[in-house]
Amino acid sequence: MRAALILLAALAAAPFLGFGEGYSLTLLARVMILAMAAVSLWLLVGGGGMVSLGHAALLGIGAYAVVVLDDARITDAAVVVPVAMGAAGLFALVTGAVAIRTSGVQFIMITLAFGQMAFFTASSLAAYGGDDGYTLYGRTTVLGQRWLEDRLAFHYLCLGLLALTLFGGHVLLGSRFGRVLRAARENPLRAEAVGFRPYPYQLVAYSIAGAVAGLTGVLLANAAEFVAPSYLAWQRSGDLLFMVILGGLGSLQGAVLGAVAFVLLEEWLGHITEHWRLIFGPLLVLSVLFMKGGLVGMLRRG
Amino acid sequence: MSLGLLLVQGLNGLQFGVLLFLVAAGLTLVFGVMDFINLAHGVQYMLGAYFGASLAAWTGSFWLGLALALPAALVCGLVLEWLVFRHLYERDHLSQVLATFGVILFLNQAVRAIWGSAPLQMPVPALLEGGVTLMPGLQYPVYRIAILAAGLAVAGLLWLLVERTRIGALVRAGATHAPMVAALGVDIRGLFMLVFGFGAMLAGFAGVMAAPILSVDPGMGDTVLILAFVVIVIGGIGSVRGAFIAALLVGVIETLGRSLLPDLLRLVMAASPARQAGAALGSMLVYIAMALILAVRPRGLFPVRG
Repeated sequence: MRAALILLAALAAAPFLGFGEGYSLTLLARVMILAMAAVSLWLLVGGGGMVSLGHAALLGIGAYAVVVLDDARITDAAVVVPVAMGAAGLFALVTGAVAIRTSGVQFIMITLAFGQMAFFTASSLAAYGGDDGYTLYGRTTVLGQRWLEDRLAFHYLCLGLLALTLFGGHVLLGSRFGRVLRAARENPLRAEAVGFRPYPYQLVAYSIAGAVAGLTGVLLANAAEFVAPSYLAWQRSGDLLFMVILGGLGSLQGAVLGAVAFVLLEEWLGHITEHWRLIFGPLLVLSVLFMKGGLVGMLRRG
Repeated sequence: MSLGLLLVQGLNGLQFGVLLFLVAAGLTLVFGVMDFINLAHGVQYMLGAYFGASLAAWTGSFWLGLALALPAALVCGLVLEWLVFRHLYERDHLSQVLATFGVILFLNQAVRAIWGSAPLQMPVPALLEGGVTLMPGLQYPVYRIAILAAGLAVAGLLWLLVERTRIGALVRAGATHAPMVAALGVDIRGLFMLVFGFGAMLAGFAGVMAAPILSVDPGMGDTVLILAFVVIVIGGIGSVRGAFIAALLVGVIETLGRSLLPDLLRLVMAASPARQAGAALGSMLVYIAMALILAVRPRGLFPVRG
């Protein structure tokens, strides 16, 4: 976990090292939020061998929970966070119950399809702006206080939650539950032979990852104070999956490294040309073809 | 809701279904033979539409545009296969998904850079203009019927090709047990290039056919791709017959759901919430149907491998 710890320390110090103005803090918040989302996806892909291409939908459900409550003038974190995590976790539980019955390529396609279902549903919510999205009246409040309006406070909230997610994931994977999950990834038949049916373990893991993604969605909505169906688009799920693989499946911290590298690369290329995807797409292909093991693998080798 | 409307939407649904089939056929064959999951297949559909629209504008003829767009789509498919895809056959599905996702990002952006973000128009050919009278006072466009006919004809040809020719036998054998076919001395790579190019061309054909009635824009391939995935998952991956039945099913459910549900719900609800709930439910219907089918048959309706 060394690289991730160094990174977290750097993020903690960043506001005092010349990255304290609005633009940098917005970018860093995006990095940390997406890193959290990537960690939750890593638990599925790296931990349970479940390659989900619908993870952005879970983030989006968390974000839309903020929207629905905001529209009803309920903004306190004590309500918003449990509702968002519960909604995303429940969606994961229900869709996971069908998706985990399949495996391999069917699983990829089904998670993609369910993600798309959530996307179209969000687009059809005319009361919340439909395709155009919804601008929040204000950020989520904590105990009635508007602490999150403060950029620095928000920065450290994101950092704290990222560290907590990383730690929680680490503990989860090391626990008995996590070992069964990993055994099921390595060899489902053998896991079953020693008396563990993978299905319930995978479903619980899928729901936990969904709830964490829902929490991430709350942060995402707060960071932009705006939510649109594009948050749920399948390209976002592809981005998240790429972060996980770019970082590497060898260790949980890969998700954080991958997210940081991804967002910074995207930002940098975006400054060079409007058509930055013309460079980004081929880079993605090349990294899949030639960078086996991801950034974590490169760190270990060199 | 009248009988006429039901008839029109039913026909629209079938026509969307055959377009989906043309895209899904290539996808399911490629997956069946080579165990290769290609997200960039939807891009072939988009490229077909763009080639068709701009070549038709350039030559001034729909038919020349169609005739030139097909080989162009074929060449694009083969170039992609040679450049990227063939290096991925030995890799896991995750790598295939990501690399082909990168190809989508590149090509969607390339289309934007070349043709701009605004949708292109492709005129309906003069021969197929106008409508036929289905019922007194109810016209249906000839062009849409032509799509339906062309799609069914291609599906029939494809069935003959797969079920009744030597190549088709090899493709089916490859889908069931590729290593055995290779061991028997068949050039499985060559066979795959053939299947791949053919699939790319079918998707391109669907794109050209759809261009006059749908808007030709940079994201058009993605929507179709995901529905094509739903189709092949429902139909059973690798099965052309399954893809055909599932495509028609998905096309009809999608079209009827989106157009009729708001009206149906109005029978039990107030107009405004009915419209909203109907729109939301209509767009979810296909996925709910998929979930129900998979809950009963996790491997799809016509699983190929046992």
